[in-house]
Amino acid sequence: MQGQAGTAPPDTAEGMPLPLAMIARVRGALRLCAVDARAGALGIAPGMTLADARALEPELVVAEMDAGADRHWLERLARHCLDWTPRVSLAAPDGITLDIAGVDHLFGGEAGLCAQVEDGMAGIGMALRWAAASTPEAAQALARHGALPVWDEREAIRALPVLALGLDGESTLALNRAGLKRVGDLTVLPAAAIAARFGVGAVSALSRLTGEELAPIDALRDPEPLHFERRFAEPIGLQATIAAVFMEVLQEAAGVLGERDLGGRRFVLTLHRSDGARHRLDIETGRPTRDPALVLRLFDERIASLADPLDPGFGYDRISLFLPATDPLPASQARLDGEERDEVALAELIERLGTRLGAGCLRRLVPRESHLPEQAQFALPAMEERAPATWPRPPEGEPPMRPLFLFDPPRRVEVLAEVPDGPPHRFRWRRKLHEVRLYEGPERIANEWWRHKGGECAGQGGLTRDYYRIEDARGRRYWIFRHGLYDEKPDPHWYLHGVFA
Amino acid sequence: MRIVDALPAPVAQPEAGFWASGIASLDKALAGGLGYGQVHEIYAAEPDDASSAAGFVTGLAVGMCMGRGRAKEKARQPLLWLREQRLVQSAGILQAGGWAELGGAPGHGLVGLVPDTLSLLRAAAEALHCGKLGAVILEGWGAMRALDLTASRRLVLAAEKSGVPLLLLRVDARPVPSAARTRWQVASAPSRALPGNAPGLPTFDLTLLRQRSGPCGLDWRLEWDRDQRQFREAPLSGAVVSVPVDRPLADRADAAEQERVAGAGRYRAA
Repeated sequence: MQGQAGTAPPDTAEGMPLPLAMIARVRGALRLCAVDARAGALGIAPGMTLADARALEPELVVAEMDAGADRHWLERLARHCLDWTPRVSLAAPDGITLDIAGVDHLFGGEAGLCAQVEDGMAGIGMALRWAAASTPEAAQALARHGALPVWDEREAIRALPVLALGLDGESTLALNRAGLKRVGDLTVLPAAAIAARFGVGAVSALSRLTGEELAPIDALRDPEPLHFERRFAEPIGLQATIAAVFMEVLQEAAGVLGERDLGGRRFVLTLHRSDGARHRLDIETGRPTRDPALVLRLFDERIASLADPLDPGFGYDRISLFLPATDPLPASQARLDGEERDEVALAELIERLGTRLGAGCLRRLVPRESHLPEQAQFALPAMEERAPATWPRPPEGEPPMRPLFLFDPPRRVEVLAEVPDGPPHRFRWRRKLHEVRLYEGPERIANEWWRHKGGECAGQGGLTRDYYRIEDARGRRYWIFRHGLYDEKPDPHWYLHGVFA
Repeated sequence: MRIVDALPAPVAQPEAGFWASGIASLDKALAGGLGYGQVHEIYAAEPDDASSAAGFVTGLAVGMCMGRGRAKEKARQPLLWLREQRLVQSAGILQAGGWAELGGAPGHGLVGLVPDTLSLLRAAAEALHCGKLGAVILEGWGAMRALDLTASRRLVLAAEKSGVPLLLLRVDARPVPSAARTRWQVASAPSRALPGNAPGLPTFDLTLLRQRSGPCGLDWRLEWDRDQRQFREAPLSGAVVSVPVDRPLADRADAAEQERVAGAGRYRAA
């Protein structure tokens, strides 16, 4: 049985939902990959160029095709299908095959099971086409190309177009040109003749469709959890022995990770003491790793930062290692110029500091699209934000226009300034009077009126700030702003927002 | 208990070089320049000079990061700035924009926010083991009792091993004995005004309080030139315009005003 499901949620505009299509760039042209039912009804079909589709329906809503997300969603759907049968396999990009042999009676027969699957998929908003057949290939072909519902399976397969064989475009065209439009036209021909003209692929596809040949099923299954353990007949307490055992466990884990092309992101080590006490240590790494020496060093850091040191007491009788989080890590070759080593050394530093002080301790400053100075940067954890960010270079020959430190919230200051638009003359901050010697400004920064309800109306968009870069008589440089223009607010306050070098 | 008794020592890169600041008298006093793989202490003269001292340290670190990288590789070595979490309230949030305005590459840099002084020192020692950093800035406010002679000696050893300079920025603190190579005091100084009476380049009054085996007690007034990524000596304010000999001054009132303003910045010359 097979379910075919569109993976894009319908996009709704005001009132009527608009037709939706997914696009991708194929050889430099934007082409449609998938369309929804409304677009299909207008004659828009996958494979068209976007320009042609727009000519048919100017209001077509388009979105970029995301194959990775589709695959992910299909996998999630397939896991959902494990409720009905233990053998589920993916038929990418948009199909799922369930092996229902021996399980249908649990759901009230084939019809009952199919009704349940239909309800389940409808419940999460997926459109479904399904068919049941004796081989997975036949079920997929019937669901995609057949006339549903299927009464007589053999007849239905015969009536399928040759496209259902799943051959490449050239062979399908050749079959059509030879006048062989239906699968039934092929079944009456001798296999040798088909193989001679259209290749062996056509024969095997045909025999799989008709059930003469069975193909292996690549069923979805969960990989075995990464859990490694050593049990001891006698408890061990010697530090050297514990270290040796742990190294052994890590090497075993590294072997398994290497086979699966994975690297661990989290490692949990549990030491079971003979009196029942358990010590649990866990570390996280910034990048996936399967290097036992590195993991050992991180665990060492972890142990060093413990408030009370590990006490083996009468010894440990079990040591287990569990890897709850892993990431793909293909085997890599070191580069000759050693540049990668720099990155690795830095990543190790980030991990070591993260393990010792907490994962969020090291930050990377990343620009953010906002002209409000206090919102212009993100400080993201360096563990997750690996790539260096690029900040715009300031123009040459200018003094610094932005302060090195910013106060949040801005500090209120008492200012003597010219009314209405003059610069500050002197101000009092932290109980000291500062005489302004030099100033530059104002730099006017408007509030983000588009974030306020009704902000587009005059006077509703929030207060404008007038920033002055000033230097006092002692040479200290400050960034001061007046919060609000005089026509926005009768007596605007002044704030000190930052300090320059 | 430790699992690993003796960790393999990180790859030592003893690059005992100097960063020449470009100011002849300063480099001469330091016998070549500020050394890599050493600890340099920079004290803010007053708590209000914190941002100036931080700016000076940033300039220094940017220069040292640039100087250390080999000429052919364009990527600058990253700078690690360690601060205490509580400073965010009192001293302000470190701004990448301002950092870039001083010539740095904040996107490549890392900022460490740690809960207390002890973890600050630990993090610094840990970071100094990584030879791939260009420089480490440690920003400490207040007395920092945890930073005694032993702790500072430990930092010096770590820095010497990896060749990474540690710039210890101290605000609101009195100089205490330490194992640092040099000790500086930084105060903000009036900048040379730009046209339109705008504040100019960051200007600092710099005093070399102490250095190991070398002269001390010298002072300079420096400007940080972001485009060249170098310090240069700031001309004394007021001395920019030369007085005509053969005719009277055009505007004596203006000259008197300039004298008055410049007076504040002249105390050094006295």
